[in-house]
Amino acid sequence: MPLQPDIVDQIVRIIGEERRVLIKKTDLLSYGYDASFGFFVPDLVCQVKCVEEVSEIVKLANREKIPITPRGNASGLSGGALPIEGGIVIDVSLWNDVLEIHRDDMIAIVSPGVITADIDRAAQKVGLMYPPDPSSSNVSTIAGNIAENSGGPRGLKYGVTKDYVLGLQVVTPEGHIIRTGGRTIKNVTGYDLTKLIVGSEGTLGIITEAILRLIPRPQATISLMAVFDDIVQAGYAITNVLTSGILPSKIEFMDQASIRAVESYKPMGLPINAEAVLFIELDGHPLAIRDEADYVYKLMQKTGALRVQKAETSDQEEKMWKVRKLVSPAVARHKPTKISEDATVPRSQIPSFLKRLREIKDKFDIDLVVFGHAGDGNLHPNILCDQRNKEEMKKVEKAVAAIFEAALDLGGTLSGEHGIGLMKKSFMPMEFDQFSLEMMKRIKQAWDPNNIMNPGKIFPKPGDRLVLR
Amino acid sequence: MKAQENVYLKKAADLTYDCVQCGYCLPSCPTYLTMKTETQSPRGRINLVRMAAEGHITVNELSVPIDLCLGCRACEHVCPSNMEYGKMLELVKGSIRYHKKQTLSPLRRFCESLIFKYVLPNKSIMNKLGSFLWVYQKSGVKKVVHMRPLRYLLPKKWELFDKGLTEAKPPFRKNDGRRYPSISERPALKVAFFTGCVMEAVFYRINLLSIRLLQKVGCEVVVVNDQTCCGALQLHAGEEELAKEMAKRNIEVFEKEEFDYIVNSAGGCGAMLKEYDGLFEDDPEWLERARHFKQKVVDISVILNKLSLKLERALSYRVAYQPSCHMINVQKVTKEPEALIQSIEGIEFIRLNNPNLCCGSGGIYNLIHFEESMNILDAKMSDIKNTKANVIVTTNPGCLLQMKVGIAKENLHDHIKVVHLVELLAEACEATEKGS
Repeated sequence: MPLQPDIVDQIVRIIGEERRVLIKKTDLLSYGYDASFGFFVPDLVCQVKCVEEVSEIVKLANREKIPITPRGNASGLSGGALPIEGGIVIDVSLWNDVLEIHRDDMIAIVSPGVITADIDRAAQKVGLMYPPDPSSSNVSTIAGNIAENSGGPRGLKYGVTKDYVLGLQVVTPEGHIIRTGGRTIKNVTGYDLTKLIVGSEGTLGIITEAILRLIPRPQATISLMAVFDDIVQAGYAITNVLTSGILPSKIEFMDQASIRAVESYKPMGLPINAEAVLFIELDGHPLAIRDEADYVYKLMQKTGALRVQKAETSDQEEKMWKVRKLVSPAVARHKPTKISEDATVPRSQIPSFLKRLREIKDKFDIDLVVFGHAGDGNLHPNILCDQRNKEEMKKVEKAVAAIFEAALDLGGTLSGEHGIGLMKKSFMPMEFDQFSLEMMKRIKQAWDPNNIMNPGKIFPKPGDRLVLR
Repeated sequence: MKAQENVYLKKAADLTYDCVQCGYCLPSCPTYLTMKTETQSPRGRINLVRMAAEGHITVNELSVPIDLCLGCRACEHVCPSNMEYGKMLELVKGSIRYHKKQTLSPLRRFCESLIFKYVLPNKSIMNKLGSFLWVYQKSGVKKVVHMRPLRYLLPKKWELFDKGLTEAKPPFRKNDGRRYPSISERPALKVAFFTGCVMEAVFYRINLLSIRLLQKVGCEVVVVNDQTCCGALQLHAGEEELAKEMAKRNIEVFEKEEFDYIVNSAGGCGAMLKEYDGLFEDDPEWLERARHFKQKVVDISVILNKLSLKLERALSYRVAYQPSCHMINVQKVTKEPEALIQSIEGIEFIRLNNPNLCCGSGGIYNLIHFEESMNILDAKMSDIKNTKANVIVTTNPGCLLQMKVGIAKENLHDHIKVVHLVELLAEACEATEKGS
């Protein structure tokens, strides 16, 4: 239902600048998607630049019971930024005026629209690091990362977004401006609302400022590449490294389908008969990691690697990681649609999960490639398909369900880092019993009595199921 | 007309399925950065093309964001799923062109076809325009125009562009059909020189210097007779058929003789020549000929770098390099110009913070969308000012003019000089347009 003209007028008055309130059809259609599936057109988009604007608009929406969807740069993979019930999209991407690095406190204070990679770049200038590095970090906003609790390759050693958020300013669904946490590393005063907001997928409020923890930047890195002729063996190699007393900063994985895709796209000299390649990065003191690299090198050989390669100069290292970067464009040439899943299993179950994925691929006769983070059990099975082919998409829906089942069977979870959003909500009852889910719903109810804040996400309604057509 | 409009739109929409909407293109897009809405981003435009094809918006509504796209194709360069944005854009523009032809006033239609069909491809008219401009620049009329009180009568736009234009082609000078021998002892390559239409008329001196540098590295240079405009301006306006005509004529005349390379010094033209094959996907005979042609097309910086141009003179400049978008995103020539600049003794080379961001020239975008183009230029100028460079180097006539406009706009002409790469290299090896 389109907004009443007087509501639009009120919003324009709150924002003060007409060009930051979008109501033209072409504009509205441009805020109906993100990097996941699904397309829902909002009734209005407002591009906010300060907390008062957000608070006033949310108050208005709460009064009039208009749905609100917060949005950063919409690079999310679970549909968090999709306005599935229409209403107002609050776009924070232009709000990027604050990016302060406080070196002595080792923290950063940022506006919600600041680009993730810019925070790490600013920290780097004073020898610090903001570790979370989702592959979209050059595009994604920090508020989006916090809302979805994004991960990234470095998550293996350094953890994910939630491990770096010390405090937040949030506008609640009733329009109140609140603060959670603070600028200290230790803080046990009251309930930890910070952690509640992180990963709440925009359903509990709008993040308007964040205080982030920074850490000393490692001085050096060394990377290794190991090639295996058996995918399950590669899984054991990961487990062996992780139990050896060495914690690499990244362990990334490519299966045979990705190897072949890369070789036919841009030949990089990978053996096309190999079943898996591991990329391992060690970081830390130059002398320490040289030692560790030798140890990992031998460990890979012992676990049956066909070939192990060590990159010590930055040129060699860059070339090695380029192979990994080429996977996405290489597999995309094949078929236009890519469903990227992020079901995650305990580390010890990586080999079993790989086995199950291979079975799923054969059983449903789908194009499945597995690549991505491996060391943290967050393998990314990607299904390549063509969304215009309805029959194929039906198979894909079934395969996705089978992947979730496999992950849960092995003691894992539906989502490691993308979030539930719209894509995975129908599977929630597979992971949680009635009361566990009920407690989450009660929290939502307490925060958002009128259910205006990003409605329709996370919690399934009866009859909900995954639809990719 | 309506049928043609839909054919183009359908073809364009088919390409959009390669987009996975990841948004990785957003930070690369000059219009997204300056206009600040998703609608004016590559991802937004791709989505709207599909929306138009599915009937949710009209071609007219689609034309607004499409017309505002510079066509710099920086998004294509960063796309992880190989979306052919440039190709989609051309198809959509074709569709919009057919759509608008139905409503365009007869006068406007006449003027446009005059320029695209009869002026740009016609050497003798372009020469006359060049001569006219030359007389205007050299006779003192230009000076008078820029003096008070006349200056105030001149719209800002024209004042700025006019200040940027300085090197028009003198009258009675014929370059076509000329042969220039190698002036190096080394074994020579035989190359054809592609002059370009605007480049030859407006930046004639740069073409002559290009030829001189090629001679110096041991090339015999032939300015092939009857060559015409590359067709890029036509294609980017949606006139695919006209562009095909230009392409055919160029392929034909350059086939008449065997050359090692077909060299040009305009990043945008070079990119168009390198994509001639894309025009003939349904025409096997011409496709083959276009492929053969494009294999020989090369930017002058590649040849000069390959044959190690000897640079004798040290220059104490602080240089910033603003690459032509189509040179890096389409021709994929990135290293050679930088290598050449850095090989000049005494030069301090400063890399721009965001060199891959378009300067806002976009062919004739700056004429049609003056205000939007100036906003993009402002972003570029602030990057340039931060480098404290005193020379800006570019590799394409459009960019060269736009950067000169930028300097005029910021009143920096006493501090910063804008040159084509060829001019800088010529200075460093003491080559002049009169021959050495």
